[in-house]
Amino acid sequence: MARRAEPISALPGAGAALIVAALILGTLAAVALRAEAGRGFAASDWAALRFTLTQAVLSAIMSVGLAIGLARALARRRFLGRSALITLLGAPFILPVIVAILGLLTVFGRAGWISQVLMFFGLEPLQIYGLHGVVLAHVFFNLPLATRLILQGWQEIPAERFRLAAQVNAGPGAMWQLLEAPMLKRVVPGALAVVFAICLSSFAVALTLGGGPRATTIELAIYQAFRFDFDLGRAALLSALQLGLTGSAAFVALRVSDSEGVGAGLDRVLRRWDGDNHLARGLDTAWIVCAALFLILPLAAVVVAGISGLFLLNAGVWMAALTSVLVSALSTLLLLCLALPMAAAVATRRSTLIEVAGILGLAASPLVIGTGLFIVIYPFADPFALALPVTALVNAVMALPFALRILVPRAREVMMRYGRLSLSLNMAGGPFLWRVFLPRMRAQIGFAAGLAAALSMGDLGVITLFADPDVATLPLQVYRLMGAYQMEAAAGAALLLLVLSMGAFWILDRGGRWHAEA
Amino acid sequence: MKYSVFAAAVLGASAAYADTPELTVYTYDSFVSDWGPGPAVEKAFEAQCGCDLKLVGAGDGAALLARVKLEGARSDADVVLGLDTNLTAAAAATGLFAEHGATADYSLPLAWEDATFAPYDWGYFAFVHNADAVAVPTDFKALAASDMKIVIQDPRSSTPGLGLLMWVKAAYGDEAPAVWADLADNVVTVTKGWSEAYGLFLDGEADMVLSYTTSPAYHLIAEDDATKAAAAFDEGHYMQVEVAGILAASDQPELARDFMQFMVSEEFQSVIPTTNWMYPSVTPASGLPEGFETLITPVKSLLLPATEAAALRDSALGEWLDALSR
Repeated sequence: MARRAEPISALPGAGAALIVAALILGTLAAVALRAEAGRGFAASDWAALRFTLTQAVLSAIMSVGLAIGLARALARRRFLGRSALITLLGAPFILPVIVAILGLLTVFGRAGWISQVLMFFGLEPLQIYGLHGVVLAHVFFNLPLATRLILQGWQEIPAERFRLAAQVNAGPGAMWQLLEAPMLKRVVPGALAVVFAICLSSFAVALTLGGGPRATTIELAIYQAFRFDFDLGRAALLSALQLGLTGSAAFVALRVSDSEGVGAGLDRVLRRWDGDNHLARGLDTAWIVCAALFLILPLAAVVVAGISGLFLLNAGVWMAALTSVLVSALSTLLLLCLALPMAAAVATRRSTLIEVAGILGLAASPLVIGTGLFIVIYPFADPFALALPVTALVNAVMALPFALRILVPRAREVMMRYGRLSLSLNMAGGPFLWRVFLPRMRAQIGFAAGLAAALSMGDLGVITLFADPDVATLPLQVYRLMGAYQMEAAAGAALLLLVLSMGAFWILDRGGRWHAEA
Repeated sequence: MKYSVFAAAVLGASAAYADTPELTVYTYDSFVSDWGPGPAVEKAFEAQCGCDLKLVGAGDGAALLARVKLEGARSDADVVLGLDTNLTAAAAATGLFAEHGATADYSLPLAWEDATFAPYDWGYFAFVHNADAVAVPTDFKALAASDMKIVIQDPRSSTPGLGLLMWVKAAYGDEAPAVWADLADNVVTVTKGWSEAYGLFLDGEADMVLSYTTSPAYHLIAEDDATKAAAAFDEGHYMQVEVAGILAASDQPELARDFMQFMVSEEFQSVIPTTNWMYPSVTPASGLPEGFETLITPVKSLLLPATEAAALRDSALGEWLDALSR
């Protein structure tokens, strides 16, 4: 086969994809091979499958639907605190689930702020437990991510297009039809797939807010198969089912997303002329205020609960915090080593398989990966000694799907705009990478790295299987404090975690956006 | 030489340990936390054994068992501490455990005859509520008839959740499904583990939470807060007995047996009440700490024998799922 002329090779990307697929599928196989004959599928597993799909579909539609409105409002408005708000949008995503749930309940719970106002007026308190509670929490977690992904799409439309549209007097309708709708058609399926996949493996949220066994998810079934039955065969089977579901969702989403870029611009600052009327301004303001309240109030609850606990933190918590920072840094580095070549490979040759490999990390159960790695590592080395690098690697793979959603559209665009020009200037390989590709990807790399760092900081997955008391990460320490009735100290540690995650996200994201204004 | 020692030496972290025998104990996370019994236990045992005691936290009780099964006979662990009687039958069935040989004059409400597992503490499950609550139910049927809201833990992911299943089963036998059907509308929600449930209760999401009769002692002693109480149920309260056992493949069998005997000694037992917030399996000479006398004493102690609990688990879980899924 003749090689297509491209400024960078797709081989490193394919290699990275192979590593990721081997890690996820290999650990699954390791678990399956260790299995004795299990009890196979039960009727309750089908019920779990139904519930899992229902809540994931609803959560994805709600999160992305609301995110379109919010992203549009944010794309059209410039206001004081806009960049702080966008950074804050990263926060719900990285909190340990239990902390986020307690924050949500402080606002929406039976004894929460809203219920108290309602009861003051003689109304019934909110009833949050049930499918709607699960969806509410998932929207809280995922609306910010979906918004950022879609906002990226808006920012990728060259400013010149809007200028041109304004010059020919195109109204909001025409702008929507010509510029915005095609962009959404490209970005939304990917965002839907990501949110769907995240919600698919939901466990603690679905269980706690679902109100009981009705809200059983596949992930809980996997957990039970491991923890109580030690039925590795069943765990592997359920895990394969989960992978299959996410894999096909991702495949469909990637197929329908249109990879046509929007054309070249001069990277000018975006200005919008179509939103300069009262109605549009009012509408956008309403969107932003409502979303900000929805996202910030539960975070404020976490802060309020945590402040007094900050003084109770001891050396163990600070050590755990340091460990988390190190793991997070290593994880971010690993992520970039995997994601950048993969994004470049996808951009050069539209390889859906590479993208699917990237998205598998979302559906893989951390419990299965952790156990599989344990089985694989155990004969050769002490899993305890490898706890931190393994955690960092698994966190990197878990963050990969998000990173690819962020990097790929921009990588395609850069390749399309500058690929042929660079080739004609005989600029391929290293020079293209350093002078053209990476500088233009800077904002996206920063965002992806920030997200990966924050996600890794808040993760409580594999570490639980490999943990040794000396290497606790901060989320694990939060759980340990709660288990020892130290609720106030746990709240303080959770606040510290929030601050660290936000800090890591802010520094990396900011570093990447040195000239952009988003 | 063990890999862990090897790795530690290579990393230069603790080269000196290579000459000292090392005893590895797998336990649950809260045991090893700074507020748990771990630090005091480690200090006291190392002072007398001339060894390095390595306490390793591995999730909760059920996760511990899974971990041991996963590692099999090649496990680095010498002792597993933190299983309960709902898990011991499954643990014994693995054939990975040896006899512990520890002897003690136990102060458990029942005779202890298991040669494989020795108890280090115990407690009663109970619903904890705010002390100022009115009309606190005195049995499951009254609870079901009341409009008290409760938070419980999922028996598929937590040991207290499983304990509640056994409690209802031990108290009501074949009537259990009907009791669960009546209780269903009192259950606000079911959580993955104890921490989540207790957090929800403290946040005011429910009137009562499934915990232990000793939980109020924590608030009273450590926080000087007398606002929590446990509801006394006339059917009796199900017990959780936490045990430890020696792994047959241990490369330090003598040290492991020393540890088991140390576990039921005064030094270990006296730190249990105010670190693990359970009753010690051998009451220390100094008695229980001040504050424990305020706790309720159940009229009846319920505990299904280990083999019976294991046999009942699947059917009880099925009944529970049925009643609460409706």
